[in-house]
Amino acid sequence: MRKTARFAAVAMAAALTLSACGSDEGTDEGTDNGDAPTSDIKVGMAYDVGGRGDQSFNDSAAAGLDQAIDEFGMESQESEAEDGEAESAREERLRTFADAGYDPIIAVGFAYAASIGKVAEEYPDVHFAIIDDSSVEADNVASLVFAEEQGSFLVGAAAALKTETDQIGFVGGVETPLIQKFEAGYVAGAESVNPDIEVDVTYLTQVPDFSGFADPAKGKTAAEGMFDNGADIVYHAAGGSGGGVFEAASESGNWAIGVDSDQYNTADPSVQDSILTSMLKNVNVAVYEYLSQVNDGDFPSGVTTYDLEVDGVGYSTSGGFVDDIVEQLDELKQQIIDGEISVPTAP
Amino acid sequence: MTNLDPRLQKIGLGLLAPVLALVLAFLITSLVLVLAGDPVGEVWSTLLGVPAERNVANILNNATVLYLSGLAVAVGFRMNLFNIGVDGQYRVAAFVAAVVAGEAWLPGAANTVLAILAAMLAGAAWAGIAGVLRAKRGVSEVISTIMLNFIATGLVAYFLRRVAVREEGSNDIGTKEIPEGSRIPGFQIGEGSTTEVYGFIFLAALAGFTYWFLLNRTRFGFDLRATGKSTTAAVASGISVTRMTIVAMLLSGAVAGLVGLPLLFGDSYSYGSTFQSGLGFAGIAIALLGRNHPIGIAIGALLFAYLDEQSNPLQILVGVSPDIVAITQGVIVLTVVISYEVVRRYGVRLEQHAVARALEAGRPTAGDKEEEARA
Repeated sequence: MRKTARFAAVAMAAALTLSACGSDEGTDEGTDNGDAPTSDIKVGMAYDVGGRGDQSFNDSAAAGLDQAIDEFGMESQESEAEDGEAESAREERLRTFADAGYDPIIAVGFAYAASIGKVAEEYPDVHFAIIDDSSVEADNVASLVFAEEQGSFLVGAAAALKTETDQIGFVGGVETPLIQKFEAGYVAGAESVNPDIEVDVTYLTQVPDFSGFADPAKGKTAAEGMFDNGADIVYHAAGGSGGGVFEAASESGNWAIGVDSDQYNTADPSVQDSILTSMLKNVNVAVYEYLSQVNDGDFPSGVTTYDLEVDGVGYSTSGGFVDDIVEQLDELKQQIIDGEISVPTAP
Repeated sequence: MTNLDPRLQKIGLGLLAPVLALVLAFLITSLVLVLAGDPVGEVWSTLLGVPAERNVANILNNATVLYLSGLAVAVGFRMNLFNIGVDGQYRVAAFVAAVVAGEAWLPGAANTVLAILAAMLAGAAWAGIAGVLRAKRGVSEVISTIMLNFIATGLVAYFLRRVAVREEGSNDIGTKEIPEGSRIPGFQIGEGSTTEVYGFIFLAALAGFTYWFLLNRTRFGFDLRATGKSTTAAVASGISVTRMTIVAMLLSGAVAGLVGLPLLFGDSYSYGSTFQSGLGFAGIAIALLGRNHPIGIAIGALLFAYLDEQSNPLQILVGVSPDIVAITQGVIVLTVVISYEVVRRYGVRLEQHAVARALEAGRPTAGDKEEEARA
């Protein structure tokens, strides 16, 4: 018995410590320059798992916040979710912000949907915003959502135009309805260019295992499998796991497509030349625009959809690898904006 | 200490271990804070601050869940089985319960009872696979339960997608909501608290009592503990080890089946992609902290729940990474195991000294008696 206990203790401690090392802390006090603009608005930022520094979704939201802080001199405090935490932990995070006088409070990620609904009711005078969810209806809640399928449609078309093997791939981080939107758009875009194209689809993990968003090794293995299988372009919607997809593309001399931000600029320089384009999901724009309205004394509520029309989503041209097809892509983009093409949101 | 009444000495030693562990954990965590350049004083005053009423409710709720998880692991520990699979078992069970309760084949409370039984059965069945493999084929339950955790994840994800309902505009998927009549109502502590304590807390306490009674007051419990202490001795006294292994795993799994239910019946009312995960692993730490004793496990669960609850204020009010909470928890588990071992050895040495002295002192006494008898 004691042996079991000792072994278990060591294993537990190792697991706890390792998980503690996994994420970087990211508390930013804002910049305190003498001549910087000042504002008495205190923004509470509740990130999803990974928080600031995930090189992906959370970082994009953080960039929007930073821009607002620089321009308006707002104060801010940040907090991030832990993997596998209780619903009550999310609620408590929002309540702690509200009690400490933070207003507005921005929740980054659909996991906060239920807690926002509950806490917004308890604090009717505090303003909330949630990214990637539009299921909460309240006067003090703003929902910021994106047409990920539209941006994915364009990079899918780009992949179909660029492929030489008529076979492309999609690596999703975690199989959730949100990531399936990326898949649906990508496949539809590719098939709009070439109806016979073969699209391999895989997801790294299933809920409740959200490690698929933060495991480059899994991303690499999945992409390697696709390249070995004959695909020559792989699009990832896998957050931090995308780094592995880039590596696999770089090592095998194939292409990868980035996601969320312009990853040509943020990825490791050694894999830069393998990033064909990136599907832009401008969370930073949404956060910045929301805060700029708040700065003007107006707290928006209701659903705001960031789609191609308002440049909430799009594709990047850094590296110049898609310069030759920009015309075709922009034509498709216009057709989507005009409603001539309707992009599916589920595979 | 050596001059004390042996009973007092035992109690003193029993208290010494946890106190030593907490002091050590406090020192080590402070050292980590200093190295990280964080404000040590502020962190401790926040971490050890008195929680508000709604936080007390959260702590009790979280502790209820952790307690059941610790209990499930402890059942295995008593039999020298290391059930790492509580994590998979509770997720399979919670999903089954959510589907059963959501379909509402029976009305009101009958539906709740049916769902709880279904959860216990599902948990037991999932753990039973590892039990049978261990008993019949000698497969280490550590390996098989880890593997079964992965299979559980895939299986539940597959079936969840089959039965899931999705709210308009939401990116979350979940099972059908449990009808209101089948939920387990909570209760409020204090005025104006927005969070209710789960009614399931009483069922958890009942589970703890049953665990204690079964292990310490029944023949079955004696057989189980005997097998855990020494298989050969158990076999010699006519206990079927194969049977005990399977039964212990089934029991551990059945308790694991309860782990997710306080959340299901008291909070989320459905099983979805944001259902709390990783509870089974926390249970291992808590069973260790509680030394497999039902009261000890409760104290461990409360301590962990308390620390978890303070991680948000730590981040938002002090600006320190919440990982310090995970570090503190890990350090406590280590120091508890180490200090119990140190204190045990110290106790053994004290006993040896006492026996030696008694023997030395005893020789002339025995002689005196003989002389008295002769006289």
